[in-house]
Amino acid sequence: MTPEPILPSARWRPAEAAIWIVPVACFFLFPGYRVLGSQVFITALFALSLDLVLGYAGILTLGHAAFFGLGAYSAGLLAAHGWGEPISGLAAGALVAACAGFAVSFLVVRAEDLTRLMVTLGIGLLLYEAANRAAAVTGGVDGLSGVAVGKVLGIFAFDLAGTTAYAYTLAVLFAVFVAARRLVASPFGLSLRAIRENRARMPAIGAPVGRRLVAAFTVGAAIAGAAGALLAQTTQFVGLDALGFNRSAEILVMLVLGGAGRLYGALVGTAVFMLAQDRLAGLDPVYWQFWLGLLLVAFVFLAHGGILGAVDALARRAASRRRGGTRP
Amino acid sequence: MIGVLFDGLAYGSLLFLVSLGLSVQMGLMKFVNLAHGAFAMAGGYACVLAMSRLGMPFLATLPLAFAASAAAGAVLERLLYRRLYGASALDQVLFSIGLAFMSVAAATYFFGAAQQPLRLPDFLRGQVRLGGTDFGIYRLFLLAVVAALTLGLAAVVGRTRFGAQVRAAVDDARTARGLGIDVDRVFLLAFALGSGLAGLGGALGIEVLGLDPSFPLKYMVYFLLVVVVGGAGTLAGPLAAAMILGVCDVAGKYYLPQAGAFAIYAAMVLLLLAFPAGLLGRRA
Repeated sequence: MTPEPILPSARWRPAEAAIWIVPVACFFLFPGYRVLGSQVFITALFALSLDLVLGYAGILTLGHAAFFGLGAYSAGLLAAHGWGEPISGLAAGALVAACAGFAVSFLVVRAEDLTRLMVTLGIGLLLYEAANRAAAVTGGVDGLSGVAVGKVLGIFAFDLAGTTAYAYTLAVLFAVFVAARRLVASPFGLSLRAIRENRARMPAIGAPVGRRLVAAFTVGAAIAGAAGALLAQTTQFVGLDALGFNRSAEILVMLVLGGAGRLYGALVGTAVFMLAQDRLAGLDPVYWQFWLGLLLVAFVFLAHGGILGAVDALARRAASRRRGGTRP
Repeated sequence: MIGVLFDGLAYGSLLFLVSLGLSVQMGLMKFVNLAHGAFAMAGGYACVLAMSRLGMPFLATLPLAFAASAAAGAVLERLLYRRLYGASALDQVLFSIGLAFMSVAAATYFFGAAQQPLRLPDFLRGQVRLGGTDFGIYRLFLLAVVAALTLGLAAVVGRTRFGAQVRAAVDDARTARGLGIDVDRVFLLAFALGSGLAGLGGALGIEVLGLDPSFPLKYMVYFLLVVVVGGAGTLAGPLAAAMILGVCDVAGKYYLPQAGAFAIYAAMVLLLLAFPAGLLGRRA
């Protein structure tokens, strides 16, 4: 008798393929929404990076936009100073953010929840102020303009309709997602989840807690930087809000909305959030902020695992009813 | 030089007044309340409304500001906050950010996005000259009020039965409950008191901090900073931290205006790393 496998199955399920067909179909069905679509993919990538840090490694952070902004400014500055090749710009953004994330991670890993919260918040505010003050380099409040990005792979130029941006961002999102999926299904990913569940016990089985968390935080920062770089390249502009606290808070909302710690939660939450925002922001941004707040409060009390958590619970209930009404 | 120090102390005393409730929440209920600034804002709006709509004098609106925020705090504690004591830090953060967002939107909806004007009574305006330096009368008034309140609170916490119950609950809520202390009631009263003090601080602070709907988010970091640097659950820790922060912030803006808030944030990260439990914090 073979023992039950400890690692989660890494095989692709049909439902997953269905999820990935949706954006491809939308490309053809809604050509007018390609610009919005590319923004959704970029934000989903950002949410994915937070999912690795918060959902899997359990590191509570309120300053994740710092790495997003670093990636955006790195790629934006490169392109503004004549290096317009997108793929290398993307790599540069991710690399800069990864280096910063690596440096910061040592401060974050040492601390406890509340101190972590404050340290990440402080570092995010620090970078925001730095970008605000260094107006000669970053453009300050006016933002960084003059970002001239070349053709993707030397063939596809960025267009106003967002066709290239849509395909480019979706491709990057998919590639990173596949890598992240492998990562969380690996023994490394399993150890992250174990640290999240019980940090005190992990050293007892020989797991280097600090090193694992440093690695997870660095990877998360790199992906956030890539998302920022994508934003700079597709919009050809970097605003100060790329680093702002609101962005850190919003991405947290999107992740929790979809369901943290399950990768697809980041994608679903971002898509639902941004499409709703696109519909409702026409009313009034003030109303939007109110509903956003209400949504957060409601989710904490009512729907703990987010959208996908609710779907899971419904599926489990249906399954137990089929088996004869006994709850698992 | 003395003028900067004085302004910094007045600013710090305001920060202390508002942050005190947060210190109680984080020390007593172990609750990370990012919406604490909303209670201060509520007090500020109560003061402005009472003056403009009801024609009340400034000093008479201050108890009203306290009462309005304390009532709001008590109701929310009963209905919502109480359910999240002992929840994960993530849940508390999400909930309180949501509450802060809602308060910002509600304030914009009802009062508009503009700064609220405040006309101080004549006897609180102007300057007095003491020993060759000009002191703002309002700031002297602020320092006096906060000093009196602090002494009063120290007496309440140190000498009354309620104070003893609060201290027991901070030390170990379970044991306190086992000894027959009604910890839920202590939590409710402490929460209302903290919210009320924040409201009072918000009303007193209109002249110094300003009052507009973005208030809860704009000063959130400062309030958290006071508590985290000072150490939650004490009186002296946040007091020291608020004074240091106030003086540093005013001095930074005065002597190094180009650095902006940079110095404060850098100091905060370094202090947090050097003193994870706060300057005068209780070591866990």
